[in-house]
Order: sequence, then structure tokens, then C-alpha cells
Amino acid sequence: MSDLNSGLSPDSLAQIDREVAKYPAEQKRSAVMSALRIAQVEKGWLSADTIKLVADYLGIAPMAAHEVATFYNMYDRSPVGKYKLTVCTNLPCALSGGAEAGEYLQKKLGIHYNETTADGKFTLKEGECMGACGYAPVLLVNNHTMCNHMTPDAIDRKLAEFN
Amino acid sequence: MTVYVKGVVFDGVDFDDPNSWNIDAYIQRGGYAALKKIIAEGITQDTIIAELKTSSLRGRGGAGFPTGLKWSFMPRSFPGQKYLVCNTDEGEPGTFKDLDIIVNNPHALIEGMIIGGYAMGITVGYNYIHGEVFAAYERFEAALEEARRAGFLGDNILGSDFCFQLHGHHGYGAYICGEETALLESLEGKKGQPRFKPPFPASYGLYGKPTTINNTETFASVPYIIREGGQKFLELGKPNNGGTKLFSVSGHVNRPGNFEVPLGLPFSELLEMAGGMRGGKKIKAVIPGGSSAPVLPGHIMMETTMDYDAIAKAGSMLGSGAVIVMDETVCMVKALRRLSYFYFEESCGQCTPCREGTGWLYRVVDRIERGLGRPEDLDLLESVGKNIAGRTICALGDAAVMPVQGMLKHFRAEFLHHIEHKKCIVPGY
Repeated sequence: MSDLNSGLSPDSLAQIDREVAKYPAEQKRSAVMSALRIAQVEKGWLSADTIKLVADYLGIAPMAAHEVATFYNMYDRSPVGKYKLTVCTNLPCALSGGAEAGEYLQKKLGIHYNETTADGKFTLKEGECMGACGYAPVLLVNNHTMCNHMTPDAIDRKLAEFN
Repeated sequence: MTVYVKGVVFDGVDFDDPNSWNIDAYIQRGGYAALKKIIAEGITQDTIIAELKTSSLRGRGGAGFPTGLKWSFMPRSFPGQKYLVCNTDEGEPGTFKDLDIIVNNPHALIEGMIIGGYAMGITVGYNYIHGEVFAAYERFEAALEEARRAGFLGDNILGSDFCFQLHGHHGYGAYICGEETALLESLEGKKGQPRFKPPFPASYGLYGKPTTINNTETFASVPYIIREGGQKFLELGKPNNGGTKLFSVSGHVNRPGNFEVPLGLPFSELLEMAGGMRGGKKIKAVIPGGSSAPVLPGHIMMETTMDYDAIAKAGSMLGSGAVIVMDETVCMVKALRRLSYFYFEESCGQCTPCREGTGWLYRVVDRIERGLGRPEDLDLLESVGKNIAGRTICALGDAAVMPVQGMLKHFRAEFLHHIEHKKCIVPGY
């Protein structure tokens, strides 16, 4: 089933409408970042068809929405696992176990960065600074949930929650 | 963990109380008193801007530009729409102060922006929030709703003629959007690629209209200055470095966190507040103002105070106040490799010197780290750096070069050892 046929849910469209209302009437394009985020939450990832749905809804060129979807790294343009885990390995986090957290997750899940487990449950990503260095190591779950102090023990407990 | 010694931004916040962020708690600790005073007493725009100038508040996002001066640039009599924008796109490695402000005291920021709107005759504002801290975006949206219901935001604020609308806008993973013109492009729903300056945002900003952009901490300092007076704020810090500053301390310390302290505090005292060096190890180096600031050896930092002028004199920048502490076990080549990768990854690709140059910097540092460095590599790094710095539209290119220059200036011997012996002097991070 293609995304074009299924459209976006009334709930997603209502959420997009709320975002559109924040900007001047002739500047609906400003809502594209939120709209793509809302569409991604509903669909799991952003296919070209989903991006076009968003563009059509906002009345902008599909390419304008595509440019945004490809520029910002939290948009997933290919399917990801049920849980996308992004671990920050930048220097401040690395000084407090960020790199080890990434290595531990790779071992534990049996995948490398940018891979998805065979059961489709987990995708692992290496991320850049999330602006939470004081809480290192940090892990972002499905883009929106930040988990702090992710030592190996804490990672074990977190993964157990997903089972 | 957040600690404040002298509170401006976190004045009266109870970090153990999960409801301390909300509007009732904020009002109880004196919140919105500044706005009420302005409306009730009809305080003029000029008086507010003069108070900010007296306070010597400098932009807390990294550049340290005097806020009162910036606000005075706004063409107040401009007949069309103008915009006020807050930059909460906090993604400079080491910086995590704005996150704590939005989560723990969002109304200080909101009140500061409302006062900014009043002082510059602006009726619409946006706060651009780093996408990775999505819960903070949701917290900000909830706080906005509270402020609207209480009559502090919207039409005819507190019964006056003054109207101000404020909205949250989130990023979705691009460090470059912390650069103010990239942020404006992103707010317009485009790729976050910086614009040429001039024209500056004060004349051509959001949707091509006059726009003033300030950092979260800057706006959050404004209510205190209006409530308590610019002179009192100034006296919290030192001349030309007024007020308190949030320092985000990360790395090899026992208690990483945000510390709100008077500007001019000796670094050694800040380190002590952060619980000292983890495991009692020896301090090797400190990046005092976020990853773009040149690194300084520990012994220089131990004799420096934390303010814009003193850090500049020591050869670095206070920047956003992100203090990354490294102990004697850190391999500086490995540390630089990770930072260089960051700038390579985050270059927006618009300017050739940055797009290509950041890749060169990363690949050369990477090969030195992997034991494949060549004797001429340090000269090469310096040459590539010279061909990036000052040759790009925005400061990301310079930001990529400064860590390299700082490392080569202070830890050159370590890089030479790597090239010669194909390995580190010390174990790693």
C-alpha cells in the first residue's frame, strides 16, 4: 500500500494545522519541519510519497520539502527499527562514557551503527551533540525521548523496558 | 544537575520540586513582576534599553555582543512587521545550559522575550529549539499556554495596548542552525544555510523583515535586570562583564552540570564546585567556551578567571560558557579527531573552503591518530586552516579551525610524537 493512498491521519493533519497557525498565512512553508516530524511519527519514516503528501498539504513544491527532509539528520528517509537509538559520541560525552555506551550497544544488539536488528526492533545511530553533555552518556530513543546517564547497567534496564 | 550561587536566570528555582517550572511557582518567586511594572508605570522603550546598557549584559550565545546595543539597533519606528527570535538551538559540544533554562524556568525566558518585544516595538516572536531536546520544546509550548491564559501573552497584555504573540519552533538535527541567519532560513522552512551579512537581521531578518535574535540565557536575564536594576546586575559580575553566567561543566569532573556564578569567578573555584577532577587525576586541558574555542592547558586555566575579557587574554573564548575538562589520560589527537569529525559532519556544504576543508582537517587528524601521519601533516593542517578561516559566509569554518590551531599551539609535541612513534603517549579519552 502506498503512502499516497493512505494519506495522513486526521490526528496528524490536526497537529499540522496547529503548527501552520503559528506563522503568517502566506508563510505556511515555515511549518514544514514540524509537518515532516508529525508525518514521520505516524508513518515510521519519510518515503518520497510521504514527503509529497506533506508538501501538497502545505502547498509547497515537493522538492522544497525534500530539501528539508534531506538536510536535517533526524528525518529518516529509509525504514528504521521500532526503536531508533541514537547515542552521542561527541567529545564531552566521550569523556564520560559516550563512546563506550555506543560500543556496548553494538555488542549487545549485535549490529553496527546505521544497522537494524534482524527482528526489525532496533536501529542504532551515532549522533552528534544533543545539547545534554552534563547528563552523559546520553541516548535518544525515537528522536524525542532523551535517556540520561546511560552506563552499561542503565542500558540493560532501558533495553529490558522495550521487551 | 544545576547549581546556582547567585541567581539571575535561576533566581529562586527549586530544582527538587517538579512543579517549580510552572507559572504559579514563577510568579511566587517574583516572576512577571518586571512586565507588570513596565505596563503599570508605562516605562518607556528607551528606559528599558538604557537599563540593559547599564547592566553590561552581553549576549550569552557565544559572541558576547552587548545586548542593550543590539536592541538599540532595531528600527523601532519601522512601519511593517518586525520579529523577535530566541536562539535555543543549543548544539555546540559542551553546551547544555539553555536546556536547563527551558526545562526549569521557561517563564523567565518568556517574560524576557515579552519585555524585548515591548522595548523594540515587536509584536511576534519565535523560539527556535534544538530538535534533540524535544521534551524541552514540549515544556516550552506548555509554558506558553500558561502565559497566554494568564494574560501575559497575546492581545492587549495586562489591559494595555501592547500585543505580543510568541511561538515555539523546533529544529530537527543541524548544528548550523545555531548560526543566526541559518536559523532564520530554517524558521522559514528551508535548509539551514547561512546568509551573507550584511544585510544584518536587524534590517533583513525573518521573512525579510527587521529581526532581533538573542540567546535563551540572554532573554532569561532580562526580567531580573528590569526588576532589580541594571546596576545591581552589573555588580554581580565585574566591569564590562556584568551579571552571572551559566557555565556548563562537562568531561572529567566529579559533578558535571550547570553552574550559575558571577562572571569573573576563578576557574579553580568553578572546578571545585563541579566536585574537582574525577578520580583525583591531574588536569591536562580545558576547552573553556564550547568545542569551537581553542583549548588551553590546565595550568593556564587554573590561573584564569571566568569572564569574557580574562579568557580572551588567556588565548581562547568564553563563548557559550561550555567548559570541557580533560584529565591527564586524554590523548589530544584523539580528542581533536572527534571534534574535527563533528565540523566535517555539520558543515552545511554551502562554501567550498568549509565543505572541503573540514573534510581535509578530519582526514589528516584521523590518519595521525591511526599512526599513518606524515612529517609534513602539521604544516598541512595549518595551511588548510588558513584557507578556511575568514573565507566562508558564516563562522562554522572558523569554528572548525580554532580547535586545530589551539591543539597545535599547546600540544604540538603530542602530535609530533604520534607521527613519529605511530601511537599515543596516553591511553585515550
